[in-house]
Amino acid sequence: MLSPKVQALFDEPGCDKNAAKDEKTRKKGCAKPLTPGAAAGGCAFDGAKIVLQPITDCAHLVHAPLACEGNSWDNRGAASSGPTLWRTSFTTDLTELDVVMGQGERKLWKAIREIAEAHRPPAIFVYETCVTALIGDDLDAVCSHASAKFGLPVIPVHAAGFVGSKNLGNKLAGEALLDHVIGTVEPDDVGPYDVNILGEFNLAGEFWLVKPLLDELGIRVRACVPGDARYADVAAAHTARATMMVCSTALINLARKMEERWGIPYFEGSFYGVADTSEALRQLSRMLVARGAPADLLDRTEALIAREEAIVWEKLEAFRPRLQGRRVLLNTGGVKSWSVVAALMEIGIEIVGTSVKKSTIEDKERIKQILKDENHTFDGMAPRDLYALLERADADIMLSGGRTQFIALKARMPWLDINQERQYPYAGYDGMVEMVRQIDLAIHNPIWEQVRAVSPFDADGRVIGESVIGSGRGVVAIGGAQPPLPVPPPPGGRGPVGMGSSYDDAWGSSDAATPIDADGAIALTPASSPPSRGRDREGGLGLSISVASTPTHKKFAAAGSGDADDC
Amino acid sequence: MTTILPVTKSASVNPLKSSQPLGAAFAFLGVDRCVPLFHGSQGCTSFALVLFVRHFKETIPLQTTAMDEVATIMGGADHLEEAILNLKSRTKPELIGVCTTALVETRGEDFAGDLATIRARRAEALAGTEVVLAATPDFTGSIEEGWSKAVVGMIETIVDRTPQRRDPRRVAVLPGWNLTVADIEEIRDTIEAFGLEPVILPDVSGALDGTVPGKWIPTTYGGTRVADIRSLGSCVHTLAIGEGQRAAAEALEAVAGVPFTLFETLTGLKPVDRFVTALAELSGAPVPAKLRRRRSQLADALLDGHFHFGGKKIAIAAEPDHLFQLSTFFVGMGAEIVAAVTTTGTSPILRKVPADTVKVGDFGDFETLAVGADLLVGHSHARQAAERLDIPLMRVGFPVFDRLGAQHRCHVGWSGTRDLIFEVSNIFQANVREPTPDALNPLLNREAVHDRRTPPDARAH
Repeated sequence: MLSPKVQALFDEPGCDKNAAKDEKTRKKGCAKPLTPGAAAGGCAFDGAKIVLQPITDCAHLVHAPLACEGNSWDNRGAASSGPTLWRTSFTTDLTELDVVMGQGERKLWKAIREIAEAHRPPAIFVYETCVTALIGDDLDAVCSHASAKFGLPVIPVHAAGFVGSKNLGNKLAGEALLDHVIGTVEPDDVGPYDVNILGEFNLAGEFWLVKPLLDELGIRVRACVPGDARYADVAAAHTARATMMVCSTALINLARKMEERWGIPYFEGSFYGVADTSEALRQLSRMLVARGAPADLLDRTEALIAREEAIVWEKLEAFRPRLQGRRVLLNTGGVKSWSVVAALMEIGIEIVGTSVKKSTIEDKERIKQILKDENHTFDGMAPRDLYALLERADADIMLSGGRTQFIALKARMPWLDINQERQYPYAGYDGMVEMVRQIDLAIHNPIWEQVRAVSPFDADGRVIGESVIGSGRGVVAIGGAQPPLPVPPPPGGRGPVGMGSSYDDAWGSSDAATPIDADGAIALTPASSPPSRGRDREGGLGLSISVASTPTHKKFAAAGSGDADDC
Repeated sequence: MTTILPVTKSASVNPLKSSQPLGAAFAFLGVDRCVPLFHGSQGCTSFALVLFVRHFKETIPLQTTAMDEVATIMGGADHLEEAILNLKSRTKPELIGVCTTALVETRGEDFAGDLATIRARRAEALAGTEVVLAATPDFTGSIEEGWSKAVVGMIETIVDRTPQRRDPRRVAVLPGWNLTVADIEEIRDTIEAFGLEPVILPDVSGALDGTVPGKWIPTTYGGTRVADIRSLGSCVHTLAIGEGQRAAAEALEAVAGVPFTLFETLTGLKPVDRFVTALAELSGAPVPAKLRRRRSQLADALLDGHFHFGGKKIAIAAEPDHLFQLSTFFVGMGAEIVAAVTTTGTSPILRKVPADTVKVGDFGDFETLAVGADLLVGHSHARQAAERLDIPLMRVGFPVFDRLGAQHRCHVGWSGTRDLIFEVSNIFQANVREPTPDALNPLLNREAVHDRRTPPDARAH
């Protein structure tokens, strides 16, 4: 059932890359075939959930054994300005018995009912996963019955993990919205300035750096999918006049089909970087004016752009003295926004290398122009090679996603997260300032000097650093002139020095409650001791067995005394 | 160089300081079978005692000469003698640590002379008990100064001045009061790992570590043995920790010729590198692999933790050595010190505090200076400021009376620094402010940078 849908998704006339393919390669899909044993990245379910879950007022129910949701929930930093239900994790947590006995559908039905009764959400999204697809639970039937019975939309999302990559899952989520959500609500306040933003996740609340600009222009965001979205807004998205598609590959099918069905034109834009932010604002205004909005919007947009750009460049310029000549290595799936790179270069930062793994031919051309040296592009890199590259410290910082974070850190290389787990908002003009600030903070953190300094001790623990005692005042000769002291006995193996008789008193032998006497020996009395093999074997001799006070030293003491070897 | 701003106002608001005799008593409490004796009115002792008990959750032996009206007018020598004799007969201490207070210092008596007379006249009765004087009027100094005076007093009074045979294994350790029980245990373990024998003076880890003695003991039960203090001259070297210990280290050098090395802090990778290097040099032994593993763990903690510190604004209220220990740690992690408030302005270490200014003052000053900070660092009395400013508070120092276990948090050594990084990072993570549309709105926050962080040109460090 899923197959035709997936095949349809592989035919994406809205995508230049896809359109350039021949019939045969197109059938293979967008993602490169996965290499078992050497694959990384999320599955289709992951992709679907990412796209839908930030619809904040809905319940998201994962029909699966525990792993799908249990191992992945609450792991992304999309922000909500209101409802929090989306952060509550719901899963049917299928057991072996459920799978074997075919109780999945029944359990799903009950789960939907429980959620509907407890939370009364405006809608429930139900996600199919590998196991529930495999055992043939009829998600559509359960959802449609539940929808009728409980009086709220229950939306099946068909994106089992084995279907394909995360990217495909993004698109399947878009299909679910098209099939079940968008167009189901007719708002009573349709206006000439309504737009949709697709593929904006509002990570770290970053869309709120942009939205006030749109507000000032009078542009209303009908639906931002999915960042900080509400179900009713998404359901009314078909009434918008224009669509901006932010993360192009994720929801291109949604944008194209919305254009086909409801005549909403779309463009691909980005809010990352100064030039792209300005261009996105321009495009939105142009499209709205083309569809009937008053033409003064264009002038107002230009005025706002001029004002904001002046401010942002002034802010960025403040960083130039600290960042001029600093070398940045970009290691991300594909740099979608070249205006980030342009802004970094504008304040004197050098881009010393970039991954071109997911870049289009067009992108690669642009990279060539910017980097000049083609040797600095790489087509994905094994962790070992990346580590070696970073350790050579050819760069001052790496910008990447979380997966390569620790490769950078172990190579003592500053690192900044520019992917979904990041903590800071980077969108819009002010987001660009924030990113530069974070680069500045990362590069200039004093820990780098500490962790990069050569250890003052060699592999055998001998001092190879600067002498400390030798540099002191009035110091007696010691060290070289004297033979080294014997290897220290283990702590506790001899009487405590400098801690006084105090411990002995504290562990006073008069205290019958402690089984350890004043010398740190374990005092076993016949009455309290468990039947010990030692006693059995040695007659009455083992009544008081002396060993060192801590378990780690028992062996040591036992080896010395020889009469307590089974303690 | 850091500017030190002296006290300018008349009304101290929400004091940061604890009194100097309390600091002296604190040091005496780190000596085995000791009773600190406040020479003053009852209240001096009782307030200090209550504060100690609230902090340590222990019985604290602390006595008073109970100066009354007559003694205040006629002189307190009799009260001092009576108190010493009573303590001797009732508690049989090995050491009585006399801490003078503002009352008797204002009267201005010759305490050293009085004590010499008492010792001579009561030699028989006082046999086996040392009496040490610390001149600690409340109107000057703070814990750090009081502590120092007590340690200097013990060294000058008790240490055997006859030439001693040096024991190449024996090292004297003079820790500051700001080191906790866990800190001192860490230091001891580290030193012992090199086959060296530390004599730690004072040693609160043996006395105030919270154990259940199983019987009633009217003195301290644990800490540095008086006999070990007496034989400090046999130590091959002194490791003084904190600038406040310089006077004591110099006293030991003067009295017994023991050379010393001063470590301003033992928190942070490089300071501990120095300390461990010193131990390796003193012992001639290599740094044990187990210890070097800790160093590597710390390096990783620096890497993992620095994300949470970068650009953070920290406000610290602490005594000078403690302020230096904490501020260098935070700045070393990429944070900046926006408020540094301390108790007294005399310590030379204050000039090295990595902040623009160090304000000698109180929590009133602190609360004003700390506005906009991401974290407050101070003792429990900072809690009201934290509440009013709505900024999380990390409790350190003395007193910490509203949290348990302050004495068992280790912030020194490689592993202690590692744990401190985690502790602070976790406070930051627990207090992340969820982004809101208004907080991020660039038009509403046009002048102020939205995350309140200092612009780069203002960050000098």
